[in-house]
Amino acid sequence: MSLLAYGDTGWGDELFFATLMTIAVALTALAIGFLFAAIFVSFKLSDNKLLNLIGSFYTTVFRGVPELLVIYLLFFGGSGAVMYVAKIFGYNGYIEVNAFLTGAISIGIISGAYSTEVFRGAIQSIHAGQFEASKVLGLKKKIYYYKIIIPQMLRLALPNISNVWQITLKDTSLISVTGLVEIMRQSYIAAGYTRDPLFFYSFAAVLYLFLTFLSMKFFNKLEKNYSKGY
Amino acid sequence: MDLMLESFPKLLNATKLTIQLTLLSLFFGIFVGAFFALLRTSKYKIFYYIAYYYSYIFRGTPLLVQIFIIYFGLAQLEWVRDSFLWIFLKEPYSCAILAFTLNTGAYTSEIFRSAFETINKGILEAAKSLGLSKINTFFKIKLPIAIKQSLPAYGNEMILMLKGTSLASTVTLLDLTGVAKHIISTTFRPVEVFIVAGSIYLLMTFIIHNLIKFLEKKYNYQ
Repeated sequence: MSLLAYGDTGWGDELFFATLMTIAVALTALAIGFLFAAIFVSFKLSDNKLLNLIGSFYTTVFRGVPELLVIYLLFFGGSGAVMYVAKIFGYNGYIEVNAFLTGAISIGIISGAYSTEVFRGAIQSIHAGQFEASKVLGLKKKIYYYKIIIPQMLRLALPNISNVWQITLKDTSLISVTGLVEIMRQSYIAAGYTRDPLFFYSFAAVLYLFLTFLSMKFFNKLEKNYSKGY
Repeated sequence: MDLMLESFPKLLNATKLTIQLTLLSLFFGIFVGAFFALLRTSKYKIFYYIAYYYSYIFRGTPLLVQIFIIYFGLAQLEWVRDSFLWIFLKEPYSCAILAFTLNTGAYTSEIFRSAFETINKGILEAAKSLGLSKINTFFKIKLPIAIKQSLPAYGNEMILMLKGTSLASTVTLLDLTGVAKHIISTTFRPVEVFIVAGSIYLLMTFIIHNLIKFLEKKYNYQ
């Protein structure tokens, strides 16, 4: 147990901060994913064939390609792209892209592909009669979306969003390959230092279980809250 | 473009290992999944809880942790190193397959369980009143319905497993992702390699997707 002591003698504080890092990356990735989802859902539901195609391309590619490959693409490609832009502005030095941002964006893109499908499904399962009713009432399209569609969509999407969150949370472990010190990376460091990988990786598993358990409780509560009127 | 043509044969060669890992893990995973799905239906609370926590733990933690515990962690135990298991556990290949099998087994057991649970009670009562034996009811009625019922979810699981095998590259195996990473880190041309490797993965997902669609049509009795 002394391995987990708080302070310089153990790894307790390091692992605690690593857990916070995992939560931070996962939340950022989820938020980025929602942003992508908002864009690509509108693409997928639009009448424009080309936009439909772009939307399908996005969800097919990022749900079909392994997460690690996407992370490598952004990890190795990210700084190259930034340096290319910097060159245009006359800066020729080496720029290293922040590991947190690279990780959150790559997981966010993947999470967004899942969220897009979830939100699209939820919107499509809202009864068409509501659209007609709001038209008859003379509601503007903007009000129709904000006051009628989105609140209902959130309730319908919630169970699946809970799944997307669990996937996103677990995917953050893969960011450890870029060197960002989250739970997996910290366990790797501690395991190498103490030569006790079994203990530290098992402890990492416990931390992840704890996080997934807490989020499940949270989403169950949220679901109950949202379905009060039903 | 040159790099894409140059890396294509290397990546295609690595695809063999990816396919191997996927198929073997899925094959073993079906048995593990079926076994734990059966345990879940057991009268004895202890078996029920073993199956419940097995699936809870393997679905609640990242695959990367599981593979690291098995590959790096178990090697630390002396009795593991002294036992016959060491022949398998010292190899990254068998460790990866073990981790993938246990992971997909957990998801598969949930798929099977819910498939058996959703079987209409009326059908079972009909079977009983026709005087079918328990074994006949299981093989001729329950199993075909459950297979049909679980096909869409199992198709998703196959695709997840295909993507999951990319983690084999973290324990030194040179699968499709491992070789792709190697080429990227030596040439610093991630986009080209991503396009080639990504297309190979997408082709495989496409094949799985259509296979499941075909099977769904075949098993559709309505």
